[in-house]
Amino acid sequence: MVNQKKNIKGTLISILCILVFMAAVAVLENLNLWVPASSLPKWLKPTSMLFTVLKKGAVYSLIAVSLNLLNGFTGLFSLGHAGFMLLGAYTYAILCTPSSVKDTVYYKYNGSSVNFSMQEFYQSFLGNETLSMILGVVTTMILAGLVAALFAFLIGLPVLRLKSDYLAIATLGFAEIVRALFQWEAPFWGRITNGANMIKGFPKFSDFNIENADGKVVFYMSTLFPFIVAAVCIAVMVLIIKSTYGRAFRAIRDDEIAAEAMGINLAKHKMMSFCTSAFFAGIGGVLYAMYSTTVQAKPFTSALTYELLLIVVIGGIGSVSGSCISSFLFVACSEWWLRFLDKETVIGGFKVPLLRDGFRMVVFSVVIMIIVLFFRKGIMGDKELPEVAGKIKNRIFRNGKKSKGEAEK
Amino acid sequence: MEFIASILMSGISLGGQYALIAIGYTMVYGILRLINFAHGDVFMVAGMVLIYMVASVPWYISIPLAIIATILLGFVIERAAYLPLRSAPRMSVMISAIGVSYLLQNLMTYITAGQPMYYPDIPFLSDTVPVFGTETQWAKLITPVIVIVLIVALTQLINHTKIGMAMRAVSKDFETSRLMGIKINKVISVTFIIGSALAAVGSVLYFTNFSVIVPTSGALPGLRAFVAAVFGGIGSVPGAVVGAFVIGICESIIRGTSFATFSDAFTFALLIIILVVKPTGLFGEKITDKV
Amino acid sequence: MSTGKNILHVENVTMQIGGVVAVDNLTLDVNEGEIVALIGPNGAGKTTAFNAITGVYEPTNGAIDFLGKRMIENHPQGKMTKIYAGENNGVYKNTIVKTPDKITKLGIARTFQNIRLFKGMTVFENVLIAKHLHQTGNLLSATFRLNNKEEQQMRRETLELLEMQGLAHLKDELATSLPYGQQRRLEIARALATKPKLLLLDEPAAGMNPQETQELTAFIRQLRDEYDQTILVIEHHMDLIMDISDRIYVIDFGKLIATGDPAQIQADPKVIRAYLGGDDDAEN
Repeated sequence: MVNQKKNIKGTLISILCILVFMAAVAVLENLNLWVPASSLPKWLKPTSMLFTVLKKGAVYSLIAVSLNLLNGFTGLFSLGHAGFMLLGAYTYAILCTPSSVKDTVYYKYNGSSVNFSMQEFYQSFLGNETLSMILGVVTTMILAGLVAALFAFLIGLPVLRLKSDYLAIATLGFAEIVRALFQWEAPFWGRITNGANMIKGFPKFSDFNIENADGKVVFYMSTLFPFIVAAVCIAVMVLIIKSTYGRAFRAIRDDEIAAEAMGINLAKHKMMSFCTSAFFAGIGGVLYAMYSTTVQAKPFTSALTYELLLIVVIGGIGSVSGSCISSFLFVACSEWWLRFLDKETVIGGFKVPLLRDGFRMVVFSVVIMIIVLFFRKGIMGDKELPEVAGKIKNRIFRNGKKSKGEAEK
Repeated sequence: MEFIASILMSGISLGGQYALIAIGYTMVYGILRLINFAHGDVFMVAGMVLIYMVASVPWYISIPLAIIATILLGFVIERAAYLPLRSAPRMSVMISAIGVSYLLQNLMTYITAGQPMYYPDIPFLSDTVPVFGTETQWAKLITPVIVIVLIVALTQLINHTKIGMAMRAVSKDFETSRLMGIKINKVISVTFIIGSALAAVGSVLYFTNFSVIVPTSGALPGLRAFVAAVFGGIGSVPGAVVGAFVIGICESIIRGTSFATFSDAFTFALLIIILVVKPTGLFGEKITDKV
Repeated sequence: MSTGKNILHVENVTMQIGGVVAVDNLTLDVNEGEIVALIGPNGAGKTTAFNAITGVYEPTNGAIDFLGKRMIENHPQGKMTKIYAGENNGVYKNTIVKTPDKITKLGIARTFQNIRLFKGMTVFENVLIAKHLHQTGNLLSATFRLNNKEEQQMRRETLELLEMQGLAHLKDELATSLPYGQQRRLEIARALATKPKLLLLDEPAAGMNPQETQELTAFIRQLRDEYDQTILVIEHHMDLIMDISDRIYVIDFGKLIATGDPAQIQADPKVIRAYLGGDDDAEN
């Protein structure tokens, strides 16, 4: 069928775009190896905020898309994402912190009960250190996702029957319970979770840089790594959304009663969507842990979920590429571009009023409110990038520019 | 015995404070079917405003002024953030509420420059008094009294005035009330005004127990009060009050044991159990979908 | 045409909602290849009966057999034991309850009185959704496109159905952008996509103009004559009902007041009284 061919063409172009974009990230990151530092503009130096934004943006993209799968595509208004991220992050921290480091990290509890790490497990029979680390991290990522999905299943059994706002508040409660659990100071439990203290020493993004024998970096991977993981996970989620199950999810979102009358088992499909979303949020939690280099229950508050929800709304509820674009914009604005608002500035002897610490976030939240109130569809509405790009192309005959973000379809 | 008395007493006063916040949640939900996530932050702002007021005017002027300022805030939030979304899907309104909460927290962080603010000693309220052999603050003692007085007044308002009748009508059937000529926006504004005023009173009583407030101080008490509202059956004022006392007493009992870390977890576990066993809460009404 | 084999047997079904008895001791049969109509003044309990058959509500008392097998059975429970006002209390002992999706899987599909299409989806997707229940893959195989053959089959069948309904040229339009009459036809196409043994139509001609109604009448007849589709229909359009029905059940205030072929019904004084005393039958 003609339609089918068009689909395949679109898919190929999208994959190509993603690859080109990732290659660009790799090149940007490695420029400082090939070009003398003095000739690099400030924003391309390895210490530039650009790379922080790219890393955090990639992490947030993954989590935002997983939240969108639930809120935007299945119409389940869940506010438990911080809880799933926390479960993922802790699974990773507990399983991937080398046992040698654990004694110092868990000093308050005289060491950890989980006296091994995935990397060491692989190394015991593979030998190769780098390979063991990669295998260990990847295995743990999947495990982390499964742990989050398991908890989603358990909490989903009772709460998924609830209607929209009750579901929101029940999942919010679930996340708070999980957070309290991981701050518990009981001795036996503390030997696993380290109580309210932080866990650190597990592999982080910079550990994926390729080094030569002297320990000098020959190829930077620290920004590319989160992109690869996020791209793979988002690609899988897009495949789900485009599959017959994805259609069933959307049917539930549009009209539960009609969906049920069409033979869609509500409980089963809602659970599927909930667990899938939690699975990827768990993996997102692993990336979040790698990004922040330490894990502690404290930052996984409902405020984090709210932030993610706002990202989804800004990108457009029901648009994967929207969520990705808005993740990068959100992170860039909050961490980088609006920084100047936090500094007291004097222009020509005149002190600009209002500018001081915290003003950035005020402006930022006002902008968010404006979007929520007056541009309710967000950046993309429920459209995807190729669709929008196609429209623009039709309008001006030429495909103007390739926007950033992972394009799908 | 003294221990039990002191736990019960702080539980009851805590419950009373939650009740004042919970009424705001439950009334707004009853009319707009909206979980007003910003309500906890309004409560926090009320505390902050009082801190700034007390710095320049005596407390007996600043408390009423702070209450008026909070009422104004609640009114403005409703007009600016919820009114434009009246015909939008409920999820949009809830997201707008989350946005307002985010804005209020960031705004307060900016104004306070990220510093914790010291809550003033309010004469009389902050003074201690010996009861059953323990020392306690006047605020704790008079909270239940104030709560009862306010709630009696509120029930009178809801049951015996014209605006109260309009409120009940709107919460029963939004569309029909509009067709019957009830000025919906006025009713909603009044609801927010009452909710904010009670939250402001609650904030004075609640924060007196604490030495400092930060911009996120409102979030947790807000959530607990919300749980109380759900517990009692959201939309029902007596339900919210009963729920708030249950939550308050449970919380102070748990705080007295070695499981203090779990006091919030317990509150939410209670919430999930209630939602699963009886989603309509203690006094809530059942709503069925029409096919 | 009718082979006489029973498909649906509704037996003494009572639906009591609060203190109101919406359906009172209704017994009704649909045989294979028949078009059976359920009529009655507004508020007589027709849609409630549909909701009981499709599992949206559990009947308070009574049983429903589908294809000779007991599908639903219930008796007053809990608070209902005290306030139950229907007949045949105590006859039914078992509780067999099925959710609507299970019933659709068994082979009963329906349309809705107030159109319930999937708003965010195209015409094509709306029908494709109904194919989901027959697919044999799981989440993983569907995600990684291991079920491609099946998916292609689903798409082909969907297109065929749309062509049959004359909606194929609109397949990429948003379902809600169609005119009212076509939305109704799309709903029928969607219900047919589940391959039902029994099709329930809830006021399919509501809101249609005379020409559309005529087309619909022809289409429903075609479904029976060419596709052997068994149909149970609720409708206020008397022309349509008298034209296509093999048998008619008339209910008023939840109670069955008459049954027979169109000619018998038209002559039945009880029916005439119910309609004249009740609502205007020609409201559409």
